[in-house]
Amino acid sequence: MAVTEQEILAGLGKIINEITGIPAAEVSPEKNFVDDLDIDSLSMVEIAVAAQDEFGVEIPDDQLKHLKTVKDVINFIQA
Amino acid sequence: MSTNRVRVVVTGLGATTPLGGDVASTWSALLDGRSGMRPITDDWVDTVPVRFAGVAAVDPSEVLPRPEARRLDRAEQFALIAARQAWQDAGAPEVDGERLGVVVGSGIGGIGTILSAYDLYREKGWNRLSPFTVPMLMPNGSAGWISIELGAKAGAHSTVSACATGAESIGYGVDMIRSGRADIVVAGGTEAAIHGLNVASFAAARTMSTRNDEPERASRPFDKGRDGFVLGEGAGIVVLESEEHARARGARIYAEAAGVGYSSDAYHITGPEPEGRGGREAMLRALKDAGLAPADVAHVNAHATSTPVGDEIEARAIKEALGSHAIVTATKSMTGHLLGGAGGIESIFTILALHERIVPAIANLDDPADGIEIDLVRGEPRKLDGGQLAAINNSFGFGGHNVAVAFTSV
Repeated sequence: MAVTEQEILAGLGKIINEITGIPAAEVSPEKNFVDDLDIDSLSMVEIAVAAQDEFGVEIPDDQLKHLKTVKDVINFIQA
Repeated sequence: MSTNRVRVVVTGLGATTPLGGDVASTWSALLDGRSGMRPITDDWVDTVPVRFAGVAAVDPSEVLPRPEARRLDRAEQFALIAARQAWQDAGAPEVDGERLGVVVGSGIGGIGTILSAYDLYREKGWNRLSPFTVPMLMPNGSAGWISIELGAKAGAHSTVSACATGAESIGYGVDMIRSGRADIVVAGGTEAAIHGLNVASFAAARTMSTRNDEPERASRPFDKGRDGFVLGEGAGIVVLESEEHARARGARIYAEAAGVGYSSDAYHITGPEPEGRGGREAMLRALKDAGLAPADVAHVNAHATSTPVGDEIEARAIKEALGSHAIVTATKSMTGHLLGGAGGIESIFTILALHERIVPAIANLDDPADGIEIDLVRGEPRKLDGGQLAAINNSFGFGGHNVAVAFTSV
């Protein structure tokens, strides 16, 4: 059974909190990683690797650079 | 002594050691004669002949927020904690970033990261490595992080000279200020090397104490029963400042960093030259650099690691350079040997001895080795006289590196 958007969002919130210290509650779908959450490119790599472990979906580097918002990542994982 | 040379003073101290998470708790433990040694509980302990170490009294994970800690090697965590303490202790001075420098090194670097990253890479592949693996393992990582934290743009440097690293860093910092490159330099050393491979490697060199049944009695510099050094971990970092800059802002001044002396043994890669020439020359050069006479030196914090060979050679070097009047302590008897961090914390102890006018006693010195003709502090801490005094911190490293830093009271 596919994971729901809410489950992915909760998982991402936990990962982003662990890596950056940003409260999970601030990680909402419309947030832009760079502009809203101030997450740098190396932290994005850490988040992508952790998300890969959590959801079993590989996020290649050439895809990662197109994932600008939390919603983009949720969509990628669901697809 | 040149009268127009820039004078360098110490205005801030920071440390995290096996005896305490800061300078005050460490210093008070030293004066009480407490030991920082404890049994190692890691799973590798049964694979090595040494089952104890001077583990940091306060784990850095209790101090740093987790998102910050996970990007730092343990040695960098210690360094950043000590640097923040030193900076606050100095009153968080207002200074132009272009006039602020950092010199912080490590003897080994991010060895914990190297080993765990290698395991991870072998088990799960390159793309599971943290993108921070390189800045965690590089030995200049601490200097880089501290420069970012403080906005230090005059230069961030890392000296590497094994167990002389911390003292050499302070020497380089003094030179940065004297040469006009900076008004303030944050300087010292850090190490986090309590890992099976390091213990095994030092044990393979037959340099470590194996007194497993009595860890607190294992580090015993100058004692007949000494059988090797005890590994410790942590960092010691000072804020160095031109006297002019410190006076202008009304800073508290602990001591003057009056002179630094260097030499190299050019003899053996691990063993000290048997006549003690290297240590003696480092001390004499520090005196010359500071414009001091041997009689001015009231106190020495010896390198004295508790190895059978090294301590007696250093005692001879001290006698030849200074005579027999200086009060000598060996604080590794309580902290263990912090390798690259040793010169940092022991410079701090030397500065505090001058500032507080008291020298901690050498722990476990039950029966001094024969032929030692220097004044070792035994039993209780010893008071220093009033008036203008000088003190020297000795730090020597594998490779034959010898550094002596002379501090004077103000």
